[in-house]
Amino acid sequence: MSRGPGVIIAGAAETDQVGRLPGHSTLALHMEAAVNAVRDAGLNLRDIDGIATVSVPGPVQVAHALGILPRWIDGTGVGGTSFLLHVRHAAAAIQAGYARTVLVTHGESGRSRIGAAPFRIPPSSPAGQFEAPYGTFGPTTTFTITALRYMKDFGLTHEQLAYVAVAQRRWAAKNPRAAYRDPITVEDVLASRLIAYPFHLLECCLVTDGGGALVITSADRAGDFAKPPVYVLGTGESAETPMISQLADFTESRAFRLAGQAAFAEAGVGVRDVNHLMIYDAFAHVPIYGLEALGFVGKGEAGGFIADGNTEPGGRLPLNTNGGGLSYTHTGMYGMFAITEAVRQVRGEAAAQIEAPDISVVLGNGGAFATAGVLVLGRQPS
Amino acid sequence: MYSYVINHRPAPGFEDDGPYAIAVVQLAEGPRMMTSLAGVASTPEELILDIPLRVTFERRGDVFLPVFTPAAAPSGAPRGAGR
Repeated sequence: MSRGPGVIIAGAAETDQVGRLPGHSTLALHMEAAVNAVRDAGLNLRDIDGIATVSVPGPVQVAHALGILPRWIDGTGVGGTSFLLHVRHAAAAIQAGYARTVLVTHGESGRSRIGAAPFRIPPSSPAGQFEAPYGTFGPTTTFTITALRYMKDFGLTHEQLAYVAVAQRRWAAKNPRAAYRDPITVEDVLASRLIAYPFHLLECCLVTDGGGALVITSADRAGDFAKPPVYVLGTGESAETPMISQLADFTESRAFRLAGQAAFAEAGVGVRDVNHLMIYDAFAHVPIYGLEALGFVGKGEAGGFIADGNTEPGGRLPLNTNGGGLSYTHTGMYGMFAITEAVRQVRGEAAAQIEAPDISVVLGNGGAFATAGVLVLGRQPS
Repeated sequence: MYSYVINHRPAPGFEDDGPYAIAVVQLAEGPRMMTSLAGVASTPEELILDIPLRVTFERRGDVFLPVFTPAAAPSGAPRGAGR
């Protein structure tokens, strides 16, 4: 960080289980994850003085349920990347002296829908007026609609798109908590049923129940906790459009790029310094857009880069090492799980542990390329 | 035709259509918009990116919705699977 001692992630944990949890309400998922993260840091809930989460249920309900009387609140809710933004905002707040120890929580009953808000597009919203009349039905019909343009302009093949799921399944095979662990081939992916052409079932994320939470505090306390600190070296955020049809160029995400540039600049690192990468993967094309937006490969090169094995176990740029939203878990707002996996990797405690990375980068997406957040995390303070 | 998907999980009210295309078209005037396609089969073989389209209007209850049809098709071509 450019000012002050910076911040660390002192605690990070998920719910005891992820997957199908019909016995957990949305709030219960938040609470279980929060208690686990605070315990992971070796702290007590009374040590928490800042709270950040999305609605529903929102920071007031979560803080009250946990018995926290916060002096700092962030309810930023911009889709699945919100938790990356919470980390960024918490870093600023801690360095400004507004809070000392911030708890960021996620809980979502994406599959069982216990205590979840009903899925409804208000008719007066942009999507209600200009998308729903044409038969859109959630992210499978909107987030996916950029892919054919990218495929035509840059020659990405159906097989390369399918291989994204194959590569990530190889990581999931090493992760006992992953929903799907059996190896798959490109042929398996292309033989799975069509959801929204060109996307087959295995190119779409899971829909699960689960939660996760983080404890963020000042880096001058780095030695005070149960686990090794994970330094927040740089952060970025951006937004492009509430409607996918208005994305300026269907072959790239400007929000991904802007958030990435801010985070790398603040951290003072370049792509060559990065040993581990998490890119939000609601659908198989999103890691392709992410690799290019962050500058790991040139425009049009990411599909080949993944198909050549660079991002799978044994490759030079381990990507989505928990198995990702495609094979590990995806509650609906997946960003938290990308952060918790990055923390585990930097600490050296992941299920599919790579050689402990010095620098891990997390790219989160919200909506359909609507919003973005990026975190550059490190094992050392700089 | 800028891009599209062929949706196999119909939204409520679209169950009778079978797989249907949701497209984004680039208007000659500059903006892009989401739309439906009329008068053309919802198959990858028929739906070719960059083919020219023209607007037509489809009645939905008491409103008319702008949808697009291949520019070469005869005027007022019926939608493949009507509603």
